Amino acid sequence: MHPARTLRLASLGAYRRLEHAFDRPFGAALNPWRHLGALGFLMFWLLAVSGIYLYAVLDTSADGAYRSIDELSRRQWWLGGVLRSLHRYAADGFVLVMAAHLLREWLFGHYTAFRHFSWWTGVPLLAFAFVCAIGGFWLNWDQLGQFSAQATAEWIDALPLLAAPLTRNFLNVAAVSDRLFSLFVFVHIGVPLLLVFGLWFHIQRISRAAVFPPPALALGTLASLLALTLAAPVMSHAPADLSIEPGTLALDWILLFVHPLGDAVGHGVVWALLGTVLVWLLLLPWLPQRAPKTAAPGAASAPHPGVQAPVAVVDPANCNGCRRCFDDCPYAAVTMVPHPDKRLRQMARVDADLCASCGICVGACPSSTPFRSAAELATGIDMPSAPIGQLRRRLQRGLAALDPKALRLVVFGCDHGAQVAALAAPDVAVFSLMCTGQLPPSFVEYALHDGADGVLVTACPGTGCEFRLGQRWTADRLAGRREPHLRERVPRERLAVVCADPGQEVQLKAALRRLRQRINAAPAAAALAGERAHG
Amino acid sequence: MADTPTIGPLGWLGQLLLYGVFAVVVGVFSRWPAYRHLAPDQALIKLSFNHQGKPVSECQRVSAEELAKLPPNMRAPLRCPRERSPITVELDVDGAPALRHVAQPSGLSRDGASAVYHRLQLPAGTHQLAVRLKDDVHTSGFGFTRDATVTLKPAQILVIDFDPEKGGITLQ
Repeated sequence: MHPARTLRLASLGAYRRLEHAFDRPFGAALNPWRHLGALGFLMFWLLAVSGIYLYAVLDTSADGAYRSIDELSRRQWWLGGVLRSLHRYAADGFVLVMAAHLLREWLFGHYTAFRHFSWWTGVPLLAFAFVCAIGGFWLNWDQLGQFSAQATAEWIDALPLLAAPLTRNFLNVAAVSDRLFSLFVFVHIGVPLLLVFGLWFHIQRISRAAVFPPPALALGTLASLLALTLAAPVMSHAPADLSIEPGTLALDWILLFVHPLGDAVGHGVVWALLGTVLVWLLLLPWLPQRAPKTAAPGAASAPHPGVQAPVAVVDPANCNGCRRCFDDCPYAAVTMVPHPDKRLRQMARVDADLCASCGICVGACPSSTPFRSAAELATGIDMPSAPIGQLRRRLQRGLAALDPKALRLVVFGCDHGAQVAALAAPDVAVFSLMCTGQLPPSFVEYALHDGADGVLVTACPGTGCEFRLGQRWTADRLAGRREPHLRERVPRERLAVVCADPGQEVQLKAALRRLRQRINAAPAAAALAGERAHG
Repeated sequence: MADTPTIGPLGWLGQLLLYGVFAVVVGVFSRWPAYRHLAPDQALIKLSFNHQGKPVSECQRVSAEELAKLPPNMRAPLRCPRERSPITVELDVDGAPALRHVAQPSGLSRDGASAVYHRLQLPAGTHQLAVRLKDDVHTSGFGFTRDATVTLKPAQILVIDFDPEKGGITLQ
């Protein structure tokens, strides 16, 4: 196996353990590791709101900048001071969650095929974020700002780009003019506008992008940052003085680490390091990806970038233009076009470049019901590698093969979630789908109607679905909150939905055990099983 | 139907703890460990200038025959080469050579200013400085020199610049 892939998969295992550890206190739905992108947006909104206030009170002159910010912290600590501290800490938080978001997406191999656009548009945001952040320190013209401005100028001068050294702008007091401060303001406000533009691009190819975390998580994060602002408010260093070199600095290592790094290894080396990392990240989607020769146990838990099943295909004869696949597609790959055969009707169309091959559209299609009488079940939109008709045949065979004397259970799982194969037994039939969202709810009813005593559906926890919305749509469809919904007449006590990731197979077994106990406890079901045993 | 574990008191406590850890990580690494760019007993010399050297060759008068061959709008009587001399600068501290640098003219035609920026750390205290600058390839020695005794306090920055209007090499 390729060393990079080995490293990624080994790290993925450790990361999953960390993520699962957070499930205990937060619950799967509020686990912050599954909302890193949304948390990044939250930090950005906090930066924007606090930044607008700070800009309103900032004296953008070389002489007045320090005084205006310092007085804000001392005389109006309860508002201006808190917002100033919040601005800094939100910037720190933004960089931290951005780094974690990048790491998580890399570990999960989310950078090739249909995801390359989001990956590629995300990489420049790293640079934008640091440019914004570093520029912010200059506006508060204290010794830390002086150090950062000088160090940045020296860093830029290491590249043979400018005829005159940028550093000459900081040689003496006379060189630092109001005009230079206008440049600082431009950097600190202009680049965030670029960042907004970049973020818009970054989420262009996903539908229902989470630009705000769940309220409880947002409140918890905001509360922790506010507590930090009160416990350790950000204060200015001494005013900048270009005749002396700043002494001991309370350096923000999260945002300004490049300066000490440049001092330690040289500015040229820092350029080479950061340039190499950025170029590698940009090229990653196009680097050759070698697929594993054999599917090892738990292969689905080790997503392999670059390997994608054939995309969804629309069958005009079975598509009635209901728009459910259009609404449910997590990657905006489905659009509606005029139907070629039916006047005034629409039909779904799949953009192959955007399609993730998740099958969620198949689960959304009302034509995917197995109760249809056609000998060969065909639906409006289907996955060529795992057609819905094949699933019905497998389910029929699986039900027929179950032990008639036992309580018969059916498990629908997901290739990317906890592995369901180990649950297979004489009384348990298991089916692993591309994504649980591929499961039409009518298959649950069909299984119960055709002999199963209970059905267990498993999905990825919280928003950790490999295809973003599979778990959410499945839960909503089964609960009757989303079309196509599970019909009212289906006895809910015979259905269990459990969320489990790879490595959490024990939870699946426990859920199956609880489902079995629940069904056994129900008098009607027990009687039914008894009848079957005697008959 | 949904088999979802509920969050108990221990879970809430865990959340509180983890939010606290997040705040502590942000709070700590946004100011710690303290960083010192320059050792406490050190001072700093910044030698920097942005100066255009003398032309590498003299202007030549164009003959009437040559001028006649040119279009009317290009008949300048003097032809002056654009290329400038590189600038050589040397700095001695307490009699020992501390820096020697040759700055090439900027621009594709090498007709721009030559720029230099160097940082030099040295112990605070009194030092004898000797600065020499040459901006003309036609001369053998240094056209500009400056000797000075300076007393530098810890963390003090001494800027050595070049300004022809102020007599050449300046110390500030």
